[in-house]
Amino acid sequence: MAKYIIKRVAYMFISLFLIASFTFVLMKLLPGSPLASAEKLSVEQREVIYEKYGLNDPIPVQYVRYMGNLAKGDFGVSFQFKKADVTTLIVSKLKYSMILGAQALVFGTIVGIVLGMIAALKQNTIWDYGSTVIAILGVSIPSFVFAVMLQYVFAVHWEFFDVGLWNSWKSSVLPSIALAMGPIAIAARFIRTEMIEVLSSDYIMLAKAKGASWLEIAFKHAFRNALIPLITVLGPVAAGLLTGSLVVEQIFAIPGIGEQFVKSINSNDFAVIMGTTMFFSVFLIVIILIVDILYGIIDPRIRLSGGGK
Amino acid sequence: MEKIIEVKDLELSFHTFAGEVKAIRGVNFEVFKGETLAIVGESGSGKSVTTKAIMRLLPESSTEFKNGQILFDGKDLLKTSDKDMQKVRGKEISMIFQDPMTSLNPTMPIGKQIMEPLLKHQKLSKEEARRKSIELLSLVGMPQPEQRMKQYPHQFSGGQRQRIVIAVALACNPKLLIADEPTTALDVTIQAQILELMKDLQKKIETSIIFITHDLGVVANVADRVAVMYGGQIVEFGTVDEIFYNPQHPYTWGLLSSMPSLDTTEEKLYAIPGSPPDLLDPPKGDAFALRSEYAMKIDMEEKPPLFKVSDTHYAATWLLHPDAPKVDPPAAIVERMKKFPGSRYYEGSAGGGR
Amino acid sequence: MSNDVKNFPKDAFDRITVDGKHAEKISKPSLNFWQDAWLRIRKNKGAIVSMFILIFLVVMAFVGPYMVPHDPENVRVSHANLPPKVPGLEKLGIFDGEGKLGSKTVNLYELKKVEEYYWFGTDSLGRDLFSRLWKGTQVSLYIAFVAAIIDMIIGVIYGGISGYYGGRVDDIMQRVVEVLIGIPTLVIVILMIMIMEPGIWSIIIAITITGWIGMSRIVRGQVLKFKNQEFVLAAKTLGASDSRIIGKHLLPNIMAIVIINIMFTIPTAIFFEAFLSFIGLGLQAPHASLGTLINDGYKFIQYQPHILFFPAFILSLLMIAFNLIGDGLRDALDPKMKD
Repeated sequence: MAKYIIKRVAYMFISLFLIASFTFVLMKLLPGSPLASAEKLSVEQREVIYEKYGLNDPIPVQYVRYMGNLAKGDFGVSFQFKKADVTTLIVSKLKYSMILGAQALVFGTIVGIVLGMIAALKQNTIWDYGSTVIAILGVSIPSFVFAVMLQYVFAVHWEFFDVGLWNSWKSSVLPSIALAMGPIAIAARFIRTEMIEVLSSDYIMLAKAKGASWLEIAFKHAFRNALIPLITVLGPVAAGLLTGSLVVEQIFAIPGIGEQFVKSINSNDFAVIMGTTMFFSVFLIVIILIVDILYGIIDPRIRLSGGGK
Repeated sequence: MEKIIEVKDLELSFHTFAGEVKAIRGVNFEVFKGETLAIVGESGSGKSVTTKAIMRLLPESSTEFKNGQILFDGKDLLKTSDKDMQKVRGKEISMIFQDPMTSLNPTMPIGKQIMEPLLKHQKLSKEEARRKSIELLSLVGMPQPEQRMKQYPHQFSGGQRQRIVIAVALACNPKLLIADEPTTALDVTIQAQILELMKDLQKKIETSIIFITHDLGVVANVADRVAVMYGGQIVEFGTVDEIFYNPQHPYTWGLLSSMPSLDTTEEKLYAIPGSPPDLLDPPKGDAFALRSEYAMKIDMEEKPPLFKVSDTHYAATWLLHPDAPKVDPPAAIVERMKKFPGSRYYEGSAGGGR
Repeated sequence: MSNDVKNFPKDAFDRITVDGKHAEKISKPSLNFWQDAWLRIRKNKGAIVSMFILIFLVVMAFVGPYMVPHDPENVRVSHANLPPKVPGLEKLGIFDGEGKLGSKTVNLYELKKVEEYYWFGTDSLGRDLFSRLWKGTQVSLYIAFVAAIIDMIIGVIYGGISGYYGGRVDDIMQRVVEVLIGIPTLVIVILMIMIMEPGIWSIIIAITITGWIGMSRIVRGQVLKFKNQEFVLAAKTLGASDSRIIGKHLLPNIMAIVIINIMFTIPTAIFFEAFLSFIGLGLQAPHASLGTLINDGYKFIQYQPHILFFPAFILSLLMIAFNLIGDGLRDALDPKMKD
């Protein structure tokens, strides 16, 4: 197991190194300058700023400096927000994204599991069809369409909730629900298929033959076995949700990372774009690693046979 | 002898996309206390379905019980409520399945799986159940039972897993144990061990066994009586000796002839021609007639009743009708029959005769 | 169990010879893989209805813009912000051209003295939303299909080579994939879009740059599974060349799973296009796609919700149809589900 983790961590660093390099190259290819939209600057002032941020150095020099800083955890300084270093900026925005993401993840997973369980246990009944329809809608309808619909119905039309901005916990309800549709659909579909497969397995037949009741079979035997593989599916979803949603945050004007990212794109704020990209990547890779390790811990078949997959 | 279970005129169908599959078409048998009844037949003959019907383990949505009764302890299991059925399963009747690799829950320690029926049916405390489980494990010949309680199924070999499944099945001293091809998925050497274990345990706890198999070698080893199934019906039943040495049904002849034996002189192994009947549209008369070289006109018209051969031996073939022509079974069968007192080819044992 | 001896006509017990072939006769007609799959997908109502919906949407995407006498890109400011008005339906009190002006509900067509009918109304520049909607659908479908096909080609080749040759080649190719998988797709798509000129092809390139990975992994898995099976080994021992084994033995077997996967990559591509356009990185005006139309509509959600409604509805319908067809195909083609 330890060998496996070390190997995975090594790959993780290679991935991150390549992503950082790739992002750097893309940034240098990017047309436009971060100062284009800024205040009207004279050529001299512009030169001063370029000099200060090292933008006049040869590109290899900039690259080495950037990578060096990254290794120290320094993502650079935002051009847009004066004096704000990117790390601080991301951390300050992270809170909102994390709250939304965590709420959506918990709510979505629970609802999805319940729907999937009902569908599998009451196969081919109205319950099954109902939950399948919800799952299909959740998979199919893009989150931003759903967010806009929620906003129109519950905030514009009925005014139950705020249209946008972060005022209190109430502001997080609509965006969280919009974000939860994904995990609901994924969990419901996955749990349904897994449960049906598990329920038709020999050991469920044996459990029945032992005299176990319907509830014991569903929860003691089938549920756990269906739940374990769900972790692998939900891992990347969790990473995406916790790092903020670009559009849903924009629609509801939530001051999170996603909204910040879109803003930086529109203002060519290199440092923030690169910093955020790196942050997203680290988050995703680390979560996937954690999920794989977790899976090994929870599933006795993997845990005790010693190796990875 | 005391009857443990009696299956009467059982008829059931499965509803599938293709139509109604008449899987069981009138099956009658009983199992007496302490005996082992083997049900033999090829795949699709309905032997597994019959036993799953006893346990009511068939999928409710697609199974239709058309007729019959399954009498156990004076009550009809087909009319028992789901809740009462749970009290029968695992306590009065328990079951061993074919594939030990898949019949244990992979994410539950085996100790817990053995304790489950004990906690449920015998209302033991956790500690008592644990002690009983350890006892059971050593009873089925598992070394170091205490340590192994906490281990998961994948840490055991196929034979060991089948021992665990047997321990689960025997946990509550059931009156009837149904073993659905318990040795088919195992290596030959392990097969013998498991069979020995089952015979041994049967004596210890005095349970009756229904043993399903397609392996006649196993039958000879374990069974007291044998029922031969074909196309959803029992075509012949009798004691082991009667079935092996005085078979009457052409299908039983075919089964016995296709059994490899060391002292056979023929080079080619006999195979029954053709394939099992399509139960979506079962043949009108004798289901086996289409594959039989002994077919008669009447086989195409009418289903044969069970003809009595002896008090314990019945066979459903028109060949036993008094009007039927006398035919000679295959040579290998005649050889067997020569050794059986009461058969028409009996030559008597060393020096004796009738 | 009775032994009552019934009397039968004498000849009833005559021996007959049963034709051996009789017992061997196959009662069901033999079906090839695709016929069998078709029989099963036909029973899936959702997939069949979706297929009809999809055909309708594709036809409309090409015919729709010509059904009305308005050009999808023609700006007529005097006809701006009109609500839907459909001849016939207007008498029923719906689609009659009434809309909000400030807080009052008035018939905007009469107010602005517009004679023509705009079935789905107009946008803020007076462009006809009906023809724009179908033009946009056409563009979205085009992007999605091209992206899916490119994904498939790259994915099948990459995954196929990696799986078939195995060993060192596979090792290196899989390390590359492992690195690429660590990159958040959305971020890479956005970065790619930013460095390219906005347009249909930049969107396609951005979508396909990481899109093929999923397909390649699936194809590799399938190839690995099949290449060691007996029928392939048999072909090898008979001296079949690599290209013959790939073409005759492997491809037909992985085809089903490739098709299923395409059915799921198309909606993903549709989603990415709409998403990019929605955050302002997609097509530029006056071109329309479902994403840009939704973005336009979103700006006027408060007073003109219909501008948003139609493209959002069509987008969702497309996504649902593709997903249901994909599900149906998977159930029909996946032999694991067969019983």
